[in-house]
Amino acid sequence: MTNKTVLEKNKSVLANVFNCGLAWVDERFPLTSNIKAHLTEYYAPKNFNFWYFFGSLSLLVLVLQIVTGIFLTMHYKPDANLAFASVEYIMRDVPWGWLIRYMHSTGASMFFVVVYLHMFRGIIYGSYRNPRELIWLFGVAIFLCLMGEAFFGYLLPWGQMSYWGAQVIVNLFSAIPFIGPDVSEWLRGDYLVSDATLNRFFAFHVIALPFVLAGLVAAHIIALHEVGSNNPDGIEIKKLKDKKTGIPLDGIPFHPYYSVKDIVGTVVFLMVFSTVVFFAPEMGGYFLEANNFVPANPLVTPAHIAPVWYFTPYYSILRAVPPFPGISMLGIPPSLFPGVVAMGLSVMVFALLPWLDKSPVKSIRYRGTLYKKWLAAFVVSFVVLGYLGTEPSNVWGQFGAWLGNAERATVVARIFMIIYFAFFALMPWYTKKDKTLTVPERVTG
Amino acid sequence: MKITNIIKKALFALALLPCFMLPLSAFANVGAHLDKAPIDASNHESLQRGARTFVNNCLNCHSANYMRYNRLLEIGLTEKQITDNLLFASDKIGDTMKVAINPADAKKWFGVAPPDLSVEVRARGADWVYSYMRSFYRDDASPTGWSNCVFDPVTCKVSMPHVLYELQGEQTMNHETHHLELSKPGKLSVAEYDILAGDLTNFLAYMAEPAKQQRNHLGWFVLLFLGVLLVLTYKLKKAYWKDIH
Repeated sequence: MTNKTVLEKNKSVLANVFNCGLAWVDERFPLTSNIKAHLTEYYAPKNFNFWYFFGSLSLLVLVLQIVTGIFLTMHYKPDANLAFASVEYIMRDVPWGWLIRYMHSTGASMFFVVVYLHMFRGIIYGSYRNPRELIWLFGVAIFLCLMGEAFFGYLLPWGQMSYWGAQVIVNLFSAIPFIGPDVSEWLRGDYLVSDATLNRFFAFHVIALPFVLAGLVAAHIIALHEVGSNNPDGIEIKKLKDKKTGIPLDGIPFHPYYSVKDIVGTVVFLMVFSTVVFFAPEMGGYFLEANNFVPANPLVTPAHIAPVWYFTPYYSILRAVPPFPGISMLGIPPSLFPGVVAMGLSVMVFALLPWLDKSPVKSIRYRGTLYKKWLAAFVVSFVVLGYLGTEPSNVWGQFGAWLGNAERATVVARIFMIIYFAFFALMPWYTKKDKTLTVPERVTG
Repeated sequence: MKITNIIKKALFALALLPCFMLPLSAFANVGAHLDKAPIDASNHESLQRGARTFVNNCLNCHSANYMRYNRLLEIGLTEKQITDNLLFASDKIGDTMKVAINPADAKKWFGVAPPDLSVEVRARGADWVYSYMRSFYRDDASPTGWSNCVFDPVTCKVSMPHVLYELQGEQTMNHETHHLELSKPGKLSVAEYDILAGDLTNFLAYMAEPAKQQRNHLGWFVLLFLGVLLVLTYKLKKAYWKDIH
């Protein structure tokens, strides 16, 4: 036999072994059928654009956080006396510890960056609309879970911001009428944030919430693959299928087309991510706050307590709502409860979008100017509220006596808070009134 | 949309990144004017001088509990130099920079226990430390005889006395101009003392994150690798998408 025929024979033997092995597995586990259903024969619209990178990127960051988190837990000590020092130990004495830690701290912020962009994509192209309401609801649940994960994780370095941030947020629960003080004590496990709090937050951060998160992400993707992806035109590609094959005319298999495309997106994302990790891990105080390099001290309250940037729009709303003055005649004390309710609403209200939007079209491409103006106003309020949340409320000084010496920043925050909620509350009205364009039958590039 | 547009947009977003890096008013010392600290982590001589000043003067009351003596090998010192000249508070070169002062005593003497300085620069900023070390002035109203408006721009009160006054001399506050004036010269000239304070700050900045230089250095290689990978993955994508219109 010549060399060539030997080679070919070996190849076919290898292929046979592989196919036999695959058949053996397939009789016992739906491997091939799952690969087909979710990758090689999952037909996605061919006109995905820039905004469609952020779903796969969120998954990438989730994996990054889990893997770096595993290595951090090998060296971190969840103990009020040791936690701060163990983080510095990771930064100095653990080989490549600084890299793992910065990847995790940068990953936390970048998680919110990609998730906010992913949510914005859903909003502008109407991805939450029928039949994708459940995907959206799972998504909102993921977002809530992520906020919890970030909040619990932020206590772990046990710096001043960790400590006082947790103190402020847990104290919010004590504003709930009647049961509030008991609830916040129950959450802390103590009368103030302490070692007991650190231990339970550690448990939530590394075990409880990651499990919930992983389950929700699976549900999010299963629901997506059941109904199929939306696209920038907001057209259902399943309505027009090839008569012979039954494949959507505007669909292409996820693998290899979107797998190779998402790799390009991944590399670009990793370039941004690495730029932060290697050259600006603190991001000027937005990703790692300076005050968190001071060990937690229950006796010294920092002059200015600000949450990390991804919580600041909601924090601004919390501060903007005037407190309930109390009714002294009935013995009802003043309360911050209205602000707490408004903050909770500002996060949860996203879940209502599928039922608030009454427009006949899904995508912003075919909506009229009325909707676009409201959306622009919402984006501006989100950003302004976000900025104001990082600053003390006296940052812009006060108005004169004609406005009762009110703080300028608080007044501005109140105005934008009203716009923020009006975007949702008035949506049934302005989406119905809006003049829409005709949606084409086929996707347009 | 074409992938070139996508890359363009991504690069645009990358270019916008510095806008978000406008520092938060985290070093919120409103009111105090801070001088720019001469930070250069590659200047080993400056770091070595700073280490000497730190160990001889600061490390009596302030610890640096997360910093190991043998890490100083990184800034060009030999093991012998470290043991002979810097290792006073310990006998093992692998030890961290601890102090013998009892925190309870220290609190009694100064009103507050001197903080650990390992990551002080990350909490306060290098410019703050540099300005602080040059802003002590004589104040008979203060219990220690010293005040410092960098520490507290409102009251100018500070618990720490001016440890380096023999070197700097004594400054007094001109209450009309609100400027510090050298009333009694020390062993060093003003320029020499500024260099000493600069070296000390440089060392404290290095100590706050010893891996910083390695981090910046490695970053360029990572970006270079990703840049090459971007070209390859982009070509791969184009090859696969040839027939999709």
